[in-house]
Amino acid sequence: MTQTLFDKIWDTHQVAQTATGRHLIAIDRVFLHERTGAAALKRMAEIERKILDPARVFAVMDHIVDTRIGRGDSTLMQGGEAFITETRAACRDAGITLFDVNDRDQGIIHVISPELGIVLPGITLVAPDSHTCTQGAFGALAWGIGSSEAEHAMVTGVLRLERPKTMRVLLEGALSEGVTAKDMALHLIALHSAGGGAGHAVEFAGDAVTALDMEGRMTLCNMATEFGAMAGFIAPDAKAFDWLAGKRYAPDNFDEPYWANLQSDAGASFDTEITIDASAIAPMVSWGTSPEQAIAIDARVPAGPRKVHDYIGLEEGTAIAGTPIDVAFIGSCTNSRISDLRLAAKLLEGHLIAPTIKKAMVVPGSLSVKRQAEAEGLDKIFEAAGFEWRMSGCSLCFYAGGEGFPKGSRTISSTNRNFEGRQGPGIRTHIASPETVAASAVAGAIADPRELARKKVAS
Amino acid sequence: MKKLPDVWGGDAAPLVVDNVDTDTIIPSREMRSTGRAGLADGLFAPWRYTDADARTPNPDFVLNQDTYSSATILAAGENFGCGSSREHAVWALAEFGITAIIAVSFAPIFYANCLRNGIVPIALPRKAVDRLAAEYVTIHLTDQQVTGAGNIYNFDIDPEAKHMLLNGVDAIDLTLTDRGAIETWTQRDRTARPWVYLEQTK
Repeated sequence: MTQTLFDKIWDTHQVAQTATGRHLIAIDRVFLHERTGAAALKRMAEIERKILDPARVFAVMDHIVDTRIGRGDSTLMQGGEAFITETRAACRDAGITLFDVNDRDQGIIHVISPELGIVLPGITLVAPDSHTCTQGAFGALAWGIGSSEAEHAMVTGVLRLERPKTMRVLLEGALSEGVTAKDMALHLIALHSAGGGAGHAVEFAGDAVTALDMEGRMTLCNMATEFGAMAGFIAPDAKAFDWLAGKRYAPDNFDEPYWANLQSDAGASFDTEITIDASAIAPMVSWGTSPEQAIAIDARVPAGPRKVHDYIGLEEGTAIAGTPIDVAFIGSCTNSRISDLRLAAKLLEGHLIAPTIKKAMVVPGSLSVKRQAEAEGLDKIFEAAGFEWRMSGCSLCFYAGGEGFPKGSRTISSTNRNFEGRQGPGIRTHIASPETVAASAVAGAIADPRELARKKVAS
Repeated sequence: MKKLPDVWGGDAAPLVVDNVDTDTIIPSREMRSTGRAGLADGLFAPWRYTDADARTPNPDFVLNQDTYSSATILAAGENFGCGSSREHAVWALAEFGITAIIAVSFAPIFYANCLRNGIVPIALPRKAVDRLAAEYVTIHLTDQQVTGAGNIYNFDIDPEAKHMLLNGVDAIDLTLTDRGAIETWTQRDRTARPWVYLEQTK
């Protein structure tokens, strides 16, 4: 019988099926962070429950850590320090490996997990963080859960799940110059809605997907949650195996036949199939307050709910390009990896950000990414252009009460959510690729990165 | 987890907006301690208050209106609870007193979080939600029915989840009854997939 990759992973992990049709699915890795993980560990301690296998549970400080150089435990967020110190104590008591604030391996959970080989093809990995699906880029079934489910996975080694439906999103054709994985994700969500993947585990496939580097694949899978899917993943190929081989927690090689079988069989059927012409995708930018409210950079704002137009301060028919911005941010689990920084730096080299920009920041996805970028001199390019260069963390992707901007400020951000208030009360967020953020910072207004690239070639 | 009654009713607070995200339900800045309590005050803070810091109520927001200030049932739109996995969104709703949400659809992590915290997530077609919003509705959990506005609507819920909600069963306790099967499976898996099992440190 032919099987999809999802079927294979699911069947490998099925411990039992209950009389009522629930599946007990074995969980290979649990990853926590200080924002939601502390709640789970604290409660487990209160009710005296032990972690079944602490060696397969990891934690990192990424969500509310300060990203300013020279940081310690204190954060700009009021009360934030308690999340850090309580998580540290709880991890120590539980015997969990913690990547602490200034550990050389610290970084955003979904950036460091692959860097350390914690995620592996074919495994199940959960974290109380919705963007856990990022790690599906390596052919793992990885998804976000709540704190109670995280406790459940840690104590029992399994989760009680309903089997989701399967979906394949085929992205066929070659991407145009200046178009990235971020644009693919936004294009898909704009076309098929923020609930388009509901009830499904989504496999991304097609030549536009296999052509992506691992960083690009992580960006695409990252936004499976914005598509409403349980998980997003890509069948592992030589690129994925080579990337992971020899990493600290990964096998030295993936030569056994087991690994080569981690793909959907030819002719396997999916409950839902979507095909997208990748060659028709343009650089995308969000115009509203849901990731589905995204348009091509050269398009005009469509008609949307009144409330959304009022919040974002843009009326139907307005060209999105040319909208003045106050803040530019490159970072987050979506786009903060080395290839993201290389592409943004390449565009910025020799340019200055517009004088009207009040803040421009680059927050590398991990301290390892930071070191690599510095070895390549990218930090100098960003700083020369007018960007601040920071330590690693989630930073401006969301607002926890620390660093923020005046109400009504408009940001262009390489993050994943443009929700009302996501980056602070009244902040208007436009999400886009790091290149679009870079080009917009130079222009002082939302700008097409392809134009800046063309100017560079001409000059 | 507390048991839910078999039947209860209330005025369904109308908040039928699509893609309401967990940042709106409980903003990150309202999550001020690592625990699960003390969150109801920050529920829907961006919409409920004109000034969230000063807690100045926004009179236009549904939960600030007399009929709904102690609502137990919420009527919502499509993809309710999307975004961040924070269970704090459900803890805040539960602490406020919400025990059922009738929505066009739910985001998956939020849906699972509801089931673990004594809130029944009820997905119904948009027409039904529109009819029930702002009406007095009665929920019959055993029969999986919602009645209101002179209509009866059936809803789906996983039988195990229903059993757990009605009996206040803790999911971990339930799973631990299968501890033997999990141990046997793990022993076999250690041989089949040794790379999954790690030493304490490497």
